[in-house]
Amino acid sequence: MTTQQHSIARAVNRVAAFFTLALVLVLTSGCHQDMWNQAKYKPLAKSTFFADGLASRPQVPGVVPAGYGARDTLLYTGKVDGQLANSFPEELPVTRELILRGQQRFEIYCTPCHGRLGDGNGMIVQRGFKRPPSYHTDRLRAVPVGYFFDVMTNGFGTMYSYASRVPVKDRWAIAAYIRTLQYSQFAPETDMAPQDLALLDQPVQGLALLDKSEAKTTEGSAHHE
Amino acid sequence: MAQIFPKKANDLVKVLAAAVVLGACGLGTMATGLWLSPFITQQDVAKQQVVPFSHLHHVKGLGIDCRYCHTTVETSSFAGIPPTETCMSCHSQIWTNAKMLEPVRASFKTQKPLEWLRVNDVPDFVYFNHSIHVNKGVGCVTCHGQVDEMALTHKGQTLRMGWCLQCHRAPEQFLRPPSEVFNMQWQPPADQSAKGLELVKNNHVKVEQLTNCSVCHR
Ligand code: HEC
Ligand code: HEC
Ligand code: HEC
Ligand code: HEC
Ligand code: HEC
Ligand code: HEC
Repeated sequence: MTTQQHSIARAVNRVAAFFTLALVLVLTSGCHQDMWNQAKYKPLAKSTFFADGLASRPQVPGVVPAGYGARDTLLYTGKVDGQLANSFPEELPVTRELILRGQQRFEIYCTPCHGRLGDGNGMIVQRGFKRPPSYHTDRLRAVPVGYFFDVMTNGFGTMYSYASRVPVKDRWAIAAYIRTLQYSQFAPETDMAPQDLALLDQPVQGLALLDKSEAKTTEGSAHHE
Repeated sequence: MAQIFPKKANDLVKVLAAAVVLGACGLGTMATGLWLSPFITQQDVAKQQVVPFSHLHHVKGLGIDCRYCHTTVETSSFAGIPPTETCMSCHSQIWTNAKMLEPVRASFKTQKPLEWLRVNDVPDFVYFNHSIHVNKGVGCVTCHGQVDEMALTHKGQTLRMGWCLQCHRAPEQFLRPPSEVFNMQWQPPADQSAKGLELVKNNHVKVEQLTNCSVCHR
C-alpha cells in the first residue's frame, strides 16, 4: 500500500465514522430512557414491587374517605330504619338541576339496556341481553324511590351493581329521573296542558315508529287509558 | 519528500465536502421525517391487545357513551380504563362462548386484571389532565381522532409539544360547547372563531398563561 492510498483510505474512514455517528444519533433519538420513563407510576400501571403486579393499591376494607361521616344514613343506603325509604335524603332537594343531571347519567349508564324511555328496549337487549322489565308498570310505579337507589347500588338479578361507576349523589339523581320518566308516561289528564290534551286525540305518529313489542310492555301508560 | 496528497485528492476533497453537506441536510430531513413519522410517534399504529376490543362496534355500533367505560374522564387527570367487571356487565350474557372473550372471562374468574397496552403515552416529565380539558370544552375527538371508527385503538394525534401548543396558543379555534365534548360527529360552526372566543370568555380560559412551561412541565 502506498502512502497516498493510505491517506485516502484514512479520509474515507473518517467520513464513514462521521456518518456512522450521525446515524447512531438519529436512530437513538427516539430512545429516551432517561427522563421519559421516570421512577414513578401512572394510574393502573404495572409494578414489579407488589406481589399482585398492580401499582394502584386496592382500598383496605372498611376505609371511609376523609370528610365522609357515618355511611348508614338514607343518602348511602336508600333506607330509613332498615326499610326502603320513599323520600329523598335531606342533603339532596329534588330540583330541576338534579333531574337534568339524572337524565344525563341515565342516558350514559342505563339506556344501553333500559332504553331512553325506560321501556326495557335498549340496544344491548336488541343484541340478546335479558330484557329488563319496563318502568311503566303498576309494580314499579308503586315501589319506594329508595328501591331504585338500592338496585343501582347492589345490582338486581342479571343486572350488575353500578355503585363503582355511579357516585352516590348521581344514583339519587337517576332515581329522581326515573320517577320523572314514569310520570311522563302516566300523567293524569288534570295535570296536562290543553295543547298536550289536544295531541292525545290525534293519531299517535311517534309511537307508530317504535317497535310493536314496546307498546305491549308499556302497560297502563297514558295512551291506553 | 513526495507530496502526501496527489493533485487528484483536491477534487476528492471537494466531492467529499459536498457529500458531507448534502448528507447532513439529507440526514436532517430524514431525522425530522422519522421524528414525526408513525414509526416514532406511533400515531395511527394499532396495538395488538389481549382482547381485540373494538370502539367501532361498541361506540358507533351500539351507541355506548365513552363514560360508561372511561368513568373518571370528567373528574380526574386519568380517563380511566374499564375494569373487567364493566365488560362483564354485558358479556355475562352476550357472546358468552366467544373464544375472543376467553381472557375477559378468565380475568373475571381469577380477579387478575386484563393487561391493556397503553396507546397514548406522554413522557413522564409532562403533566397532563383530562378533567380540565373536558370541562372547558375540548372534545375527545380533537385529541384522539375518530375513536368511534377504530376497530383497534390507535393514537389519533402525535401528542408532541408543538401539537399541544398550537391549541394552547389559540384555544378558540378548537373549543366546543361542553354538551358536545363526547359527540364524535360534531362539526364546528361557520363562525367558530367568534363562538370560540365566547367559550374562552364564559369558561374563564386563561389563554395568556397557557403557554407557560410550568403548565405542562411541573
Ligand atoms: C347491561 C344491561 C343493563 C344496564 C346497563 C342497566 N340495567 Fe337495570 N336491569 C337489567 C336487567 C336485565 C334487569 C332485570 C334483572 C332480572 O330480572 O334478573 C334490570 C332491572 C332493573 C330494575 C328493576 C328491578 C325490578 O324490580 O324489576 C331497575 C329499577 C333497574 N334495572 C335500574 C337500572 C338503572 C337505574 C340503571 C342505570 C344506572 C340500569 N338499571 C342499568 C339490565 C341493565
Ligand atoms: C365498552 C367500553 C368502552 C367504551 C364505551 C369506550 N371505550 Fe375507550 N377503551 C376501552 C378499552 C377496554 C380500552 C383499552 C383497550 C384499547 O386500547 O383498545 C380503551 C381505550 C381507549 C383509548 C386509548 C387509551 C390508551 O391506552 O391510550 C382512548 C383514547 C379511548 N379509549 C377513547 C374512547 C372514547 C373517546 C370513547 C367514546 C367515544 C370511548 N373510548 C368509549 C373501552 C371503552
Ligand atoms: C354495554 C354492553 C357492553 C359492554 C360494557 C361491553 N361490550 Fe363487548 N359487545 C357488546 C355487544 C352487544 C357485542 C356484540 C356486537 C354486535 O352485535 O355488533 C359485543 C362484542 C364484543 C366483542 C366481539 C367482537 C366485536 O367487537 O364485535 C369483543 C371482543 C368485545 N365485545 C369485548 C369487550 C370488552 C373487552 C369489553 C370491556 C372493556 C366489552 N366488550 C364491554 C356489548 C358490550
Ligand atoms: C387535550 C387533549 C385530550 C382530550 C380532549 C382528551 N384526551 Fe384522552 N388522552 C390525552 C393524552 C395526552 C393522553 C395520554 C396521557 C398520559 O400519557 O398520561 C390521553 C389518554 C387517554 C386514555 C388512557 C388513560 C389515561 O388517562 O392515560 C383514555 C382512556 C382517554 N385518553 C380517553 C379520553 C376520552 C374518553 C376523552 C373525551 C372525554 C379524552 N380522552 C379527551 C389527551 C386528550
Ligand atoms: C384542542 C386544544 C388543546 C390541546 C390540543 C391541548 N390542550 Fe391543554 N388545555 C386546553 C384548554 C382550553 C385548557 C384550559 C385552560 C384554562 O382553563 O385556563 C387547557 C389546560 C391544560 C392544563 C391545565 C392548566 C392548569 O392550570 O391546571 C394542562 C396541564 C394542559 N392543558 C396540558 C396539555 C398537554 C400536555 C397537551 C398535549 C398533550 C395539551 N394540554 C393539549 C386546550 C388544549
Ligand atoms: C401545552 C403543554 C406544554 C407546554 C406549555 C410546554 N411543553 Fe415542553 N413538552 C410538552 C410535551 C407533550 C412534550 C413531550 C413530547 C415531545 O417531545 O414533543 C414536551 C417536551 C419538552 C422537552 C423535551 C424534548 C425532548 O425531545 O426530549 C423539552 C426540553 C421541553 N418540552 C421544554 C419546554 C419549555 C422550555 C417550555 C416553555 C417555553 C415548554 N416545554 C412548554 C408539552 C409542553
